Amino acid sequence: MSGEALFGLVGAAVIGIGLFGLVTNADALRKLLAFNVLSSGVFLFFGVVARRGAAAGLGGDPVPQALVITAIVVAFAATAMAIALLTRLFDRTGSATLGDSSTDEGGDA
Amino acid sequence: MPHTAIPLAATTAGGDLLVAAVMLPVVGILLSLLFGGRTVERLAMLILPLNLVIALLVFIDLWQSGEPLAYVVGGWTPPLGVALRADGLSAAMMVTTAAVACAIGVYARADFLTPAGVVEARSPFVFWPLLLGVCSAMNLVCIGGDLFTLYVAMELLTFAAVPMVSLDGRAETLKAALRYLLFAIAGSILYLLGITLLYGTYGTLDIARLSRLAQPDFATICTLALMTTGLLAKTALFPLHLWLPSAHAGAPAAASAALSALVVKGSFFLVIRLWFDVMPALPGSGGATILGVLGATAIIFGGIMALRQQRLKLLVAYSTVAQIGYLFLIFPLAWNAQSGRLESGAALAGGLLQVMAHATAKAGMFMAAGTIYAAFGHDRIAQLAGAGRALPISVLAFVCGGGTLVGLPFGGAFLAKSLLLESPVASEQWWWDWIMFAGSTLTSAYVIVVMTRTLTRARMSQAACASVPRYQQMTALVLALSSLLLGLAVFGVLGIIQIGRPDAAYVIAVAPRFFDVFSFAAILKAFNPVVLGTVLAIGHMWRERARAMAADAVACSGKRSPARLALLDQVDRALRQWPVGSTSLLFLTIAFGAAMFAAH
Amino acid sequence: MMSFTFDTAAALLIVAMGGWIVIVPDVTRAVIGFIVYGLMLTIVWVRLSAVDVALTEAAIGGGLTGMLLINAAGRLRSARPVLRTDAPVRFIAALLCAAVSVSLAAVIFMLPSPAPSLAPLAVENLQQTGLGNPVAAVLFAYRALDTLLEKVVLLLALLSVWSLATVGFWPGLPGLRPPALAGSTLDFLARHLPPYGIIFGVYMCWNGASEPGGAFQGGTVIAAMWLLVMIAGMRRVPSIDEAWLRRSLVAGPAIFVVIGFAGMMVAGSFLAYPPDHAKLLIVVIEVALTLSIAAVLGLLAAGPPVPESRP
Repeated sequence: MSGEALFGLVGAAVIGIGLFGLVTNADALRKLLAFNVLSSGVFLFFGVVARRGAAAGLGGDPVPQALVITAIVVAFAATAMAIALLTRLFDRTGSATLGDSSTDEGGDA
Repeated sequence: MPHTAIPLAATTAGGDLLVAAVMLPVVGILLSLLFGGRTVERLAMLILPLNLVIALLVFIDLWQSGEPLAYVVGGWTPPLGVALRADGLSAAMMVTTAAVACAIGVYARADFLTPAGVVEARSPFVFWPLLLGVCSAMNLVCIGGDLFTLYVAMELLTFAAVPMVSLDGRAETLKAALRYLLFAIAGSILYLLGITLLYGTYGTLDIARLSRLAQPDFATICTLALMTTGLLAKTALFPLHLWLPSAHAGAPAAASAALSALVVKGSFFLVIRLWFDVMPALPGSGGATILGVLGATAIIFGGIMALRQQRLKLLVAYSTVAQIGYLFLIFPLAWNAQSGRLESGAALAGGLLQVMAHATAKAGMFMAAGTIYAAFGHDRIAQLAGAGRALPISVLAFVCGGGTLVGLPFGGAFLAKSLLLESPVASEQWWWDWIMFAGSTLTSAYVIVVMTRTLTRARMSQAACASVPRYQQMTALVLALSSLLLGLAVFGVLGIIQIGRPDAAYVIAVAPRFFDVFSFAAILKAFNPVVLGTVLAIGHMWRERARAMAADAVACSGKRSPARLALLDQVDRALRQWPVGSTSLLFLTIAFGAAMFAAH
Repeated sequence: MMSFTFDTAAALLIVAMGGWIVIVPDVTRAVIGFIVYGLMLTIVWVRLSAVDVALTEAAIGGGLTGMLLINAAGRLRSARPVLRTDAPVRFIAALLCAAVSVSLAAVIFMLPSPAPSLAPLAVENLQQTGLGNPVAAVLFAYRALDTLLEKVVLLLALLSVWSLATVGFWPGLPGLRPPALAGSTLDFLARHLPPYGIIFGVYMCWNGASEPGGAFQGGTVIAAMWLLVMIAGMRRVPSIDEAWLRRSLVAGPAIFVVIGFAGMMVAGSFLAYPPDHAKLLIVVIEVALTLSIAAVLGLLAAGPPVPESRP
């Protein structure tokens, strides 16, 4: 198995792990952490695609690499926003979970 | 109207307009940040109408030339570079979003102006650039020609929408915003994963090239499943609607209008692009049916939940959940079994019209609800007696908007429904008609409930009712009326959706004959749901009164019985739990993949 | 053979780390694990011949994100404990995630070979841009629109963070809490590291035109130095309405847009560069962008304005 196929499998595994964390972790910060793990898996996958496209004297296809850089920055911005919301929510209510939706609007309350 | 293939690598005359459409609001955001203070609202007041002018120019250019517009950015032709392309669908969406954004700008002046004596205030400084961001992002979604540029556009849209939810700083809205953000970025990352696979298979992300290259192999099917599910999460299609009610209801009224009318349509537009333009032969009847079933469930479920709401803004939010379902009925109705692909014809025109009708009607309804909240200090439906007397224009706007959504003539939804049912599939699959009928009935029911409550005379002398600027109410009414007259207004220009559609070989006559559509029989038929809805509304209000009296009796007797939720409310609460909603996300991905795989 | 062993070891470590982060009960340990995970990923990126991405991942993915998460984990330590998700849901989710992973793993082996690539096209056109780094060419020339709009995305994220200011306290100071005592390690680092960090950042930006590096990586390092200095209390945190701050934030994208529109008139298309001056223009954009990226990333990490409270 070539190196990039191996890392591709790693990417697939990490994506699954990240998705599992995103779905099952009850704490919002853990969800965010799982989202970051998930994103890193997707980027790794993209990196494998880039490596497979090595040609013309380059070690990898520069277009996917540039797209990954853009996506990393966007993911960071999302994390920063989420953490600001989370810490502000904690300051106000003392809890840091999304809660089940039964306690807030959307029901009969 | 002549059909031409989308030019792969050429900037057409008039393409500069496309750049202006995206960059003008961006320049507005930059200048707002630079100068701050009162300049922020002045810039917005300047740029929102200019944005509308640009959208209209694009529309007129397209209509007159019959050819799509294209712009190759930086002179680097795809696949290396990025192109912007405007076809008929884009132009129509751009005009709608620009017009609704202008109306929102006018409405928001009352709530988001920097107060006198203050150099810079938080809400205005944040709100106006966000609104400009929504404009720029929506324009880019309509005209982006590269899947990654569309990803950036969607992130722009999400990052402009999320802070709008938590503008007032209350704990519930913070929670709603956080939930929205997490679910939206989960959707985005699934979309990005799809892009990854697509690039790995075809080496390009340009829409025009991909539409020629796409083959139904395993990787491409996985791609479509992932991207579609990610976009559905952002569009809040049932059962992925967990974030929408609290987010849209908790935001300030102008923001709710922007969220329901504009933001949610962005990701939906991308689903259309993917399914109709990039991979029309891929989904198979299974994939299209899944979307149709989800849409149908959304219509019924959202309608019933809307009827059960106690608060007006939540009612309108659940109405959005239901109306989003209507949009997804396009897919099974556009499926052509003979050619094995989605055809751009009457169903697509109907869907576009439904989008336009909903955008204007829903914005009007949220604005009306906002004025009621501002006047009364609350929006509990049961206690809105006297609203009709205090805010007649708002109530009229609400009823007109609701009426459009029911499908009354000459509204956009009326024409949309007749177009949707014109497709050949509709005659075989008769159930879609019945589902739309049920949806209209539920919509009439809750509109009539609200109408009854607001038109009831107030029993006591009215408590101090805050005054609401008249122009806010008028804006709501203008939007609602434009929605109600949309069917008439766009009748002549419906053919625009044919511009730039690559399937030149299969031309459906999109322009129906006027008197066939607006025939007496059809108009009468449109009122059927209203009749049934009235019955439903009366039954619902009677039951509410009975329940209230029983609760009073219990309270008087001193016993306390635990509040038992109806089954449907329990289902809704269960669905809106994060683990359930996100597991549905995964489940849908697999389901789509399996259905599409089975079709090939 | 050696590299294959290394790759396998790295692969196993990464999967193990990823699983641990998601499962370990204590949030702080999970976050520290995440930072280590980010550094391991950096090495993997180098193995995949994507040095620009490795730099970005180390700086932003592991570094700044890790800082934000640790800060949050510390503040949320006294949050009410949460119940675990029910076992049936976990089981179903695990099954579905496994299905997704397996499908993706299968896709890897089904991707066409030889892989379609834009590398030849990118290299062909490199000379026209005057750059030596093909990734920089993609970011600032071929797909400049995406990069420009991404900057706007960052600014909107910053607006969102600022919107969480305590109502009534606008404009204010972002709530970095300087805890440094004189003589502590933080103080030592804050005194000695920034000069080198800034030079390093400038070098990365400058060199990014021909070698791996660029505005994002350099800007992040400078942002980190700025944050270090603010946290150690050596520089006061600026109020968010200060003119120089707003100008730095806007400078990068503004210059990018101006050059873009100039390209419309001079070179025939928005964001096109006249061939003789392409490299100069791109370097100007990158320098301006480095400044703006440093400002925006620093402010994103600094958080929303809070009421001033002097200890």
